[in-house]
Amino acid sequence: MRIDRPGLVLALPGAAAMLLPFMQFRANRIVAGEALSMPGWAMACLGAVLALGALRLPQLWRLLAAAFGICLLVWLAGNVATGLTADAPQAARASPGSGLWLMMGTLALLVADAIAKMRPGLRVQALILTLACGAVALALGSGHLADISVMREYAARSDIFAAHARRHLVLAFGSLLAALMVGVPLGLWLHSERGARPAVMGGLNLVQTLPSLALFGMMIPLLSWVAASVPGAAALGIAGIGFAPALIALFLYSLLPVVGNTVVGLDGASPEAREAGRGMGMTPQQVLARVSIPLALPVIVAAVRIVLVQNIGLAVIAGLIGGGGFGTFVFQGLAQNAADLILLGAIPTVAMALVAGIALDLVVKALQR
Amino acid sequence: MIEIRNLSRRFGTVMAVDDVSLTIAKGEMVALVGTSGSGKTTLLRMLNRLVEPSSGTVLLNGQDTAALPAHLLRRRIGYAIQGHGLFPHYTVARNIAAVPELLGWPAAQIRERVDELLTLFGMPPADFRNRRPAALSGGQQQRVGVARALAARPEVLLMDEPFGALDPVTRAQAQADLRRIQRQLGTTTVLVTHDMEEALALGDRIAVMDRGRLVQCASPAAILTRPATEFVARLTGQSDRPFRLLGLVPVADLAEPGAASGTPVDPALSAREALAECLWSGREALPLTGGGRVTLHRLAERARGAE
Repeated sequence: MRIDRPGLVLALPGAAAMLLPFMQFRANRIVAGEALSMPGWAMACLGAVLALGALRLPQLWRLLAAAFGICLLVWLAGNVATGLTADAPQAARASPGSGLWLMMGTLALLVADAIAKMRPGLRVQALILTLACGAVALALGSGHLADISVMREYAARSDIFAAHARRHLVLAFGSLLAALMVGVPLGLWLHSERGARPAVMGGLNLVQTLPSLALFGMMIPLLSWVAASVPGAAALGIAGIGFAPALIALFLYSLLPVVGNTVVGLDGASPEAREAGRGMGMTPQQVLARVSIPLALPVIVAAVRIVLVQNIGLAVIAGLIGGGGFGTFVFQGLAQNAADLILLGAIPTVAMALVAGIALDLVVKALQR
Repeated sequence: MIEIRNLSRRFGTVMAVDDVSLTIAKGEMVALVGTSGSGKTTLLRMLNRLVEPSSGTVLLNGQDTAALPAHLLRRRIGYAIQGHGLFPHYTVARNIAAVPELLGWPAAQIRERVDELLTLFGMPPADFRNRRPAALSGGQQQRVGVARALAARPEVLLMDEPFGALDPVTRAQAQADLRRIQRQLGTTTVLVTHDMEEALALGDRIAVMDRGRLVQCASPAAILTRPATEFVARLTGQSDRPFRLLGLVPVADLAEPGAASGTPVDPALSAREALAECLWSGREALPLTGGGRVTLHRLAERARGAE
């Protein structure tokens, strides 16, 4: 049996995780809690999984072992939480400890490593992503995890959670859509008007360097003034704080990647191919539609990926100015010193960004074939 | 067929093309040669109005090319460039179909034409139709580039250094193919090259450009034996001139009755190759396959420019 060195490096943090607390039990969500370690039999099982991950084995074995480890970990966490809180008062909380998080991260890395080394085709990758999302939905929907602290927070807010999730999506995708509608035509224009590039790109660069809070600070008086003085603006929901400034800020941050990649993609489209298109009698619009844009498309979609992942993360900031989204939970949690509530906002944000990133990577690869 | 009248193009203060007049007959192949910056490419690009002339006119079949919208004019004129310029995201078939598609040919007719051209260029359609340009060799890409330029049966084919990116062996083959196909289709062709050898091999006439001006337009033999200016003489390469002159005629043209010793040579070979064979084998005369012979003396005479 030979050791797979990268696999060993990936598996080592998992070994350390066994020494860390598996779950935390607290009398309520604010006080410090007592730490519980993993049951011995589970330690043995997960130790075996890690060992398989660190050996040079067929990748499918490593993948299945790590996936089994994740299932075991999730099942165990739900069980332990239920056991801990069964006889405790309603306010008691059982939350995942650092050991559980670290073990989960380690196993996820082993899964990713095994998948990457199996070099699956794009369809298989898409299938794996779908299956993973389905498995997560199943685990959350089953109710098995209902006694874990984050899920308790969810239960207390299930009525507004969906609305905030929708709002988060609208912020991220809406700003992206607006940036595409403005940025791609702007990129097309800059592609032909080289003289205008320094001014426009300089301006967009400047916007990109503005800290988000400073941007909000500048927009609050501006939009308040718009709401107060432009008839109908207030009725459209424009105000100094809330949804409108958050969407505008995300839109502004999205412009540079979209415009920049559109210009770079169009410039990079084979000059010989464009020249040939013109030489054979295509009109400038036909050259653009049949040659330049198709050739630039992978670069433009790469910008969509960057912007979407960036915006899903940045949209958390909207919670600070009453714009809604998962940030609402994060900032409430910060204010109440309730880590579980912060996680209720943070975990879905991270998951959404991950899925969006992986899915769009697959699209870019499909376009580049 | 193509009538160029007093055509000029100015870029800033530079006359890239300066008052050029030239008439090209139907089915003729004219090679435009000159050094870099001599204006040969600009002249070519004014024929399909990729560059608009500053003054002068171009007539195509007696019709002023300026009278037509430029993109419609270009659909009637084949255009092949160095590095082929194939569309990397299209298959070979769609690349070749590009102009017929612009012209709105019916799909069945386009498919038929694509297969016909692939066959003409020695590329079995079943093998090549659905490949991407990246999956072709340099020589194959170049052939698809020329096939694409010929797809809509243009009366005129313009080529800008079409073989510039090929290795010498592939290049020679591509030149021979072009000559064969051009003769077969009778397409009037204007070809820009900086390679005198290529111009001599392909051109019915050679037009020499120097600093924007057309200094001489004549048959290959006339360019070699009676260069109009010092520049033309230098361009033809004085040390290579006798060999290039011999390269223009098949050895059969110099044959005389009689016999000679040694292995006979193919009468279709060029006189240049026959001379090389004489020198290499140390013979004074070579027998020709099918009778007759050619002497070293006759070859040397011809190399001096005698008829």
